[in-house]
Amino acid sequence: MDVINNIFLIGRQIIATVLGFFLPLPVVDAVIAIISMALVLGFAAVTMMGQVYVERRVLGFMQDRKGPNRVGPFGLLQIIADAIKLLTKEDIMPSRVDRMVFRLAPIVVVATALLIWAVVPLGRGMIIADLNIGILYVISISSVGVLGFLMAGWSSNNKYALLGSMRAAAQMVSYEIPLVLSIIGIIMLTGSLSTVSIVNAQAGLWFVIWQPLGFVIYFISAVAEINRSPFDLVEGESEIVAGYFIEYSGMRFALFYLGEYISAFAMSAIATTLFLGGWQGPILPPYIWFVIKAWAVFIVLIWIRATLPRLRVDQLMGLAWKVLIPLALINIFVTAVVLVPLFQSVAK
Amino acid sequence: MNDPIIAIAFFVLAAVLLISALAVVMLRNIVHSALFLALAFVSVAGFYILLNAEFLAAVQILIYAGAVMILLLFAIMLTQRANTPMSNVSNSQAGLAAIVAAAVFVVLAFVLSKTSWLTGAAAVTQPNTEVLGKALFDYYVLPFEIASVLLLVAMIGAIVIARED
Amino acid sequence: MLSLNHFLLLGAVLFSIGLYGALSRRNAVAILMCIELMFNAVNITLVAFARFLAPAATASQSLAPVSTVGQVFTIFVITVAAAEAAVGLAIVLAIYRTRRTISVEDVDLMKW
Repeated sequence: MDVINNIFLIGRQIIATVLGFFLPLPVVDAVIAIISMALVLGFAAVTMMGQVYVERRVLGFMQDRKGPNRVGPFGLLQIIADAIKLLTKEDIMPSRVDRMVFRLAPIVVVATALLIWAVVPLGRGMIIADLNIGILYVISISSVGVLGFLMAGWSSNNKYALLGSMRAAAQMVSYEIPLVLSIIGIIMLTGSLSTVSIVNAQAGLWFVIWQPLGFVIYFISAVAEINRSPFDLVEGESEIVAGYFIEYSGMRFALFYLGEYISAFAMSAIATTLFLGGWQGPILPPYIWFVIKAWAVFIVLIWIRATLPRLRVDQLMGLAWKVLIPLALINIFVTAVVLVPLFQSVAK
Repeated sequence: MNDPIIAIAFFVLAAVLLISALAVVMLRNIVHSALFLALAFVSVAGFYILLNAEFLAAVQILIYAGAVMILLLFAIMLTQRANTPMSNVSNSQAGLAAIVAAAVFVVLAFVLSKTSWLTGAAAVTQPNTEVLGKALFDYYVLPFEIASVLLLVAMIGAIVIARED
Repeated sequence: MLSLNHFLLLGAVLFSIGLYGALSRRNAVAILMCIELMFNAVNITLVAFARFLAPAATASQSLAPVSTVGQVFTIFVITVAAAEAAVGLAIVLAIYRTRRTISVEDVDLMKW
């Protein structure tokens, strides 16, 4: 059982020992780091393909239709067909766009989405970098992602793209505040910013029990932060056609899609880490528990998308500034006065 | 600080920082300048990590590359209508400005070369987020509160000034 | 290998670049950007002081947590810089709304 639980750690140990015979220690460390990064990137990419398939199927069933079911068994190869289509499409660069910025924008979006994975503990000891500012790192990296949207919107030289990116920036900057405030409760309970110690602190009881209000605020702000329905007025296809990526096509368009799904799953993974006990769980290996929980959160995202209509801009801003931020401040107050002493007495 | 990898990181970061800072002041398109400014902010965060100030690095990226950059880009996009390729040209005193800046640098470099610093044991040699937090909420609590009032005043002031009426 | 002077020199170069930009740009937003560069140069030197310096003489006499003074100062500088950016950009927007330009050379009503 222990072998299955720690299979990745044992694998890392074996590689390190074998390489240690003929390479100096810093090089071994570097190789191990590169291998783990490649594994996590592969995990994110494979998950993204799964996400697209599951989203389309689940959405289909929720709307009483079948979803993709022609290419391969149960339509499983649909996503591969889509990827081939996007890769072989002509790469259209509209005239009068700012070429460098236009090319760079999707890369910034995808890179910031991927960087978050560095501090997500995928299992016991399975983390690329256990930073002692872990959760702050996540917040600051995801705040840079907005730059990619603004770059795309501005460089496209299209009024709808600019409108979409302005909306994206306003929305993401506004919802960052309740997002950060909702996490502060957990940091106060754990006394640490490191994602590993946050997961370790949840060995007994998950933080969703301690911080139910914090979890709700985090979840709503996270959905807004990744521009998913019902907060997808950044794309708003019925009003501003597609928002910031209106001028993008082919592979660059696919990169935006990739970034969107990777950050959606990263947000699910962070929700799992912060509120749902991370990889903690009985019987099954830790990394399986992590994947199950993160997928459960993602399926709730799909469910919300199938259920709720899109908000208006004023409703969106009102929700952030008039409801979520005051609630988050109340949550911090209650946590400081009631929950932290209680948590410490339980932990003893 | 004696690790060769840290020295390499320092010089790479310094190159990125200085090139992007030069791009900020040299490029003619203000949006390009702003994007290079974002790169400069990120590389400054790299220096903070080299100097064992991880918390400050995260704050630097969050506040500067996240918030201040978005503000700047908003302002640029709201105030630029046509002719963006020539939106960041220099004025008539550019030559004089270059002389002044060079003179300031010479003075600073001269002072640096003449001063002998008391380097020693009490310096920050490891990441110290916890110590920093204790200092900020204990000894520096009054400046901290004043800073929060300053932020409030700035927020109200910005809303009042920028508001259309 | 790396000493305090490396970081201080870097800060000096960055400060001078920012100063040149602040003096020579025509666009008000660009001037604000260059001022942010100068703030960052100062912050680098402050954090470098926190990393390398040990003001031993004053340490025994005061209650201040000396080892973090530089970093605390940096936090306050970042706070003030954020406030400055918000108010400065609001002023730029107000100027743009009334005068349709943000070139500082055209905003010379108060000049003798």
